[in-house]
Amino acid sequence: MTMSEIFAPLKEPLIMGTAVGIMVGVIAVIAGLTYFKLWGWLYNNYIKTVDHKKIGVMYIFVALVMLFKGGVEALLMRAQTAVPDNKLLNSEHYNEIFTTHGVLMILFVAMPFLFGLFNVVIPLQIGARDVAFPRLNALSFWLFAAGAVLINVSFIIGGSPNAGWTSYFPLAGIEYNPGVNNNYYAWSLQISGLGSLMTGINFVTTIVKMRAPGMTWMKVPMFTWSSFIANIIVVFAFPVLTVALIMMTMDRQFGTKFFSTEDGGMDMLWANLFWVWGHPEVYIVILPAFGVFSEVIATFSRKNLFGYGSMVASMIIISLLSFLVWAHHFYTMGHGVVVNGVFSITTMLIAVPTGVKIFNWLLTMRHGRITFTTPMLYALGFIPIFTIGGVTGVMLAMASADYQYHNTLFLVAHFHYVLIPGTVFGILAGYHFWWPKMFGFKLNEKIGQVGFWLIAIGFNVTFFPMFILGLDGYARRMYTYSAETGYMTLNMISFIGALVLALGFATLVYNIYYSLRHRKELACGGDPWDARSLEWATHSPVPEYNFAVVPTISRLDEFWYAKKEGRDLQAGKIEDIHMPNDSAAPFWQSVVMGLFAFFFIFNEIGIAIALGVVTLIFMAVRSFEIDEGRHIHIKEIEEEERRLRGDR
Amino acid sequence: MSKHNNSVPLEYQGEENDLKIFGFWIFLGAEIVLFATLFTTYFTLVNRTGSAPTGPELFEIGPVILETFLLLTSSFTIGLGVHAMRLGRVKPMIVFYIITLLLGAGFLAVEIDEFITYVDHGATITSSAFLSALMTLLGTHGAHVTFGLLWGIAIIIQVSKHGINKRTANKAFIFSLYWHFLDVVWIFLFSFIYLKGMM
Amino acid sequence: MSKKVLIMPIVAALLAVVLSGCEPLMVLNPKGPNAETLSKTIWISIATMVVVLAVVYILLINMLTKYRAGKMGADYEPPHEAGNHKLEILWTVIPIVIVAFLSVVTIVTTKDVESKPEGYGDKKPLVVYASSSEWKWHFSYPEQGIETVNYAHIPTDRPIEFRLYSFGTITSFWVPQLAGQKYAMTDMLTKIHLAADHKGDYWGRNSNFNGEGFEAMQFNITAESQADFDQWAKDVKAKEPKLTEKEFNKLLKASVVGQKSFSSTHLEFSKPPMDHKAMMDASKYNESKKGQKRADPEEHDMDDMDDMDSME
Repeated sequence: MTMSEIFAPLKEPLIMGTAVGIMVGVIAVIAGLTYFKLWGWLYNNYIKTVDHKKIGVMYIFVALVMLFKGGVEALLMRAQTAVPDNKLLNSEHYNEIFTTHGVLMILFVAMPFLFGLFNVVIPLQIGARDVAFPRLNALSFWLFAAGAVLINVSFIIGGSPNAGWTSYFPLAGIEYNPGVNNNYYAWSLQISGLGSLMTGINFVTTIVKMRAPGMTWMKVPMFTWSSFIANIIVVFAFPVLTVALIMMTMDRQFGTKFFSTEDGGMDMLWANLFWVWGHPEVYIVILPAFGVFSEVIATFSRKNLFGYGSMVASMIIISLLSFLVWAHHFYTMGHGVVVNGVFSITTMLIAVPTGVKIFNWLLTMRHGRITFTTPMLYALGFIPIFTIGGVTGVMLAMASADYQYHNTLFLVAHFHYVLIPGTVFGILAGYHFWWPKMFGFKLNEKIGQVGFWLIAIGFNVTFFPMFILGLDGYARRMYTYSAETGYMTLNMISFIGALVLALGFATLVYNIYYSLRHRKELACGGDPWDARSLEWATHSPVPEYNFAVVPTISRLDEFWYAKKEGRDLQAGKIEDIHMPNDSAAPFWQSVVMGLFAFFFIFNEIGIAIALGVVTLIFMAVRSFEIDEGRHIHIKEIEEEERRLRGDR
Repeated sequence: MSKHNNSVPLEYQGEENDLKIFGFWIFLGAEIVLFATLFTTYFTLVNRTGSAPTGPELFEIGPVILETFLLLTSSFTIGLGVHAMRLGRVKPMIVFYIITLLLGAGFLAVEIDEFITYVDHGATITSSAFLSALMTLLGTHGAHVTFGLLWGIAIIIQVSKHGINKRTANKAFIFSLYWHFLDVVWIFLFSFIYLKGMM
Repeated sequence: MSKKVLIMPIVAALLAVVLSGCEPLMVLNPKGPNAETLSKTIWISIATMVVVLAVVYILLINMLTKYRAGKMGADYEPPHEAGNHKLEILWTVIPIVIVAFLSVVTIVTTKDVESKPEGYGDKKPLVVYASSSEWKWHFSYPEQGIETVNYAHIPTDRPIEFRLYSFGTITSFWVPQLAGQKYAMTDMLTKIHLAADHKGDYWGRNSNFNGEGFEAMQFNITAESQADFDQWAKDVKAKEPKLTEKEFNKLLKASVVGQKSFSSTHLEFSKPPMDHKAMMDASKYNESKKGQKRADPEEHDMDDMDDMDSME
């Protein structure tokens, strides 16, 4: 490729503007870090860290940045379709935007935000000092970050993926998509997917092996349970994506014939493999959100969770069913009545355990004492809105009816009605709920609540019209439509809703700024919400070693009962605490792997191989390294505990 | 931290070692899914040979039997290596690990030769969907073996440098799990690709 | 406070229905048996789901009004409630019954729309091959020996069998008022059975995103009486040029063209792919692929799209 081809996307004024904006932003950050002499601080405290709490915060930070990028793309799409025959974006640009919107929101917003919450919360909830493999955890994060950089760089250098987030072949194949666009798709997902797989292994091990003494399975807090199941799904679903992406790369870059239209290739195979991963992926991002709601609803109803056992059972059933429904994404592929019938039934069956959960949450509130805090508002908003997503899901599950909904805005409305109240509300509930645990002060409640109402109202105004448009024959992914279709009114309403939604998300940022300035007044102790699970038993912000003394657990919600009975859960004898050493290797290894992917994308195989060898060297060095970790001594712990108590 | 419990083998002693072995089992779970996906792809595309050679036209029993023999034996020798490690005998352990790697290298040599033969018959990875699936599946297994060779060398060096201790025993044991896993995958490759393909 | 959350979607729904005017929604305004079955199925599912929604909403409103902290008194401490087996069984069994009911509806209606429409006597279905290429639809009538691009005529009151396939990307053939959609692919022939009960022009499109010209990939289906249809077919056969292989290759390459008609079909020199059953047979599959033509995916861009339009 010539230079002018590589930078061809910059010819588009919108992209040029974005590129300039990003450059200015990057320069501003670099200048700021230099001016305040913060490079050393950043490097030592964050880039080198293996502390699960800091890694969690970094995940959430990156996810928020990506949320705004994905959000701007969404706004552009709504703006483009607000009026018929709009010339704001051309077809090619629109295709890139809806593709990266999907990829970003699922893989670079929902997943990392939840991974961030896993990191911050799970070790605390189970009374562990860290995750099972802290170094691997850092590598997971930096690989995810490398993938995120790649997908964003694509906008400026070479062109973004443009075949939809599903990237069906033959459209995504080299014959119909000769640019580097879809190489970016394959490699950024591959690199960040590797990170996700490692996270899955890490957290399964952590939760199985590192629970506090006495915490048997039926005493595990619900967020940890839900995340545990989600991580098991990660371990079993992501390898399918890994293989599918390898085959995509081989087809595109080495001329193999897996999905080709000639020499026996089978385009339908890609759709199957993609959704064998893709459907469980939906549950990876929704189950932990269910866990958040369980924690939040119990806490702000001041009641234990209703039907704990059936909550766990329903999640296990959902996780099993999630692997048995993939073909409902393409009923229209012509696999006949029997196959469609079977997949219709398995799909609809998921509604049963999901319904059980909804009723359990409702009954948790019965006889409770409900307070309407920001996290609780998100949980309460979730129930009615998500139920719409759920029932339309059942409608879509019916194969025959799906012949009319498939590929229309009805479908788009449905999955936004699932993913926004489900995942996004869950994320935001968790974010407001655990923010004080991360930073030692609360977010402003008033701004938080205004934000909730803007988001909830804006969401419904944006997406409800899409159900109707879909039934009126509006196919998804059209960059424009003609005036005589009569689609304009509803599209315009949708655009106005999107503006409200955007305003709602802006309040999130404003709240960070506002609360940071007023952090003295908003400062709080270890347990600001009078909550139930173990993470609230330690200080806020949490000391490096999490718990001075690991508590012993005798029942579910141990912390709640300890508070009632006036027991101190950390009353035991303080001992030396063994901690892992920080390391910059995960960061640099991810830089190298990111570059490896980048050169691979541009078919610079020689350079890529060299960088691949460097990666192997990193692994070899790690193998030979003897790292026994370090100890925090009793004295230091006692001093830190005194300081944290005195601070209150 | 370091609870010394003599009823537990050395490689499991200490919390970290226990975590690593458990985590590696989970990783092997993911590897099973990875190979299962490749197998599924292969079975889907097995008849889609286009105008390129088919399986029965390509497969030869001789080299495949040799590969099977080499890899199965190596699985046995690494078992002996772990046994020696548990008895605390460094030298036999290293010898058995070296034999294992040599057998692995032998396997790889035969496999590379097999690939060259395929190419000579006009069957390359780009010839047909069947060949893409076949060679990717075999190649993924072969790449795992190659990586195993490098990993094994690193472990032999460490054991000869530091002797058998909790750390090296743990690494050597995990490596043996990996190696056995590759053997299991090969048994599936042998039965469902070669035997089935030749029938 | 949260009551507003509940009311919002309902208000939005009403608003939207009002704003969308009196024109009935396309999918719910069927003009043939296939689409009618689907429309009925959709209404059944909507009715069932509204009941489910109502139960959840009533329960939620109930909880939120009864148990809010302000109402409970300062010293109220909620009790411990582990669960309630009776209730839990109840809300497992009822959804299962609902799912069972909808499953039966699904299977019956799927079978219905996947087979030849009933009630048209023993009339043989009219077979039309609808194949897609970037970004247009080719309609071949083997019986009449004619071919059209981006429009088709069908007789009313006679079963029609569309056989779908693609010369490139996966597309989805959709005429909302006549039938649900189905994919068209290079590898496998798929079928749509439908009939039109009313004369008229029906709008159809490819609904599966397939690149730059996707939005423009629309077509029109005219349903008319058997006599009018026969006359039209005869006219095309008599007046339009033959579709040569060369001409067809040119057509495959073009990006967006208007409507065209020919007095012979491309099926004579380019075989369609096999259906699912035959595809699974190895020897047949490899053999059949040899007779199949592929679109040469030359650079398509929007510039020459306009040229093609003006070519008409």
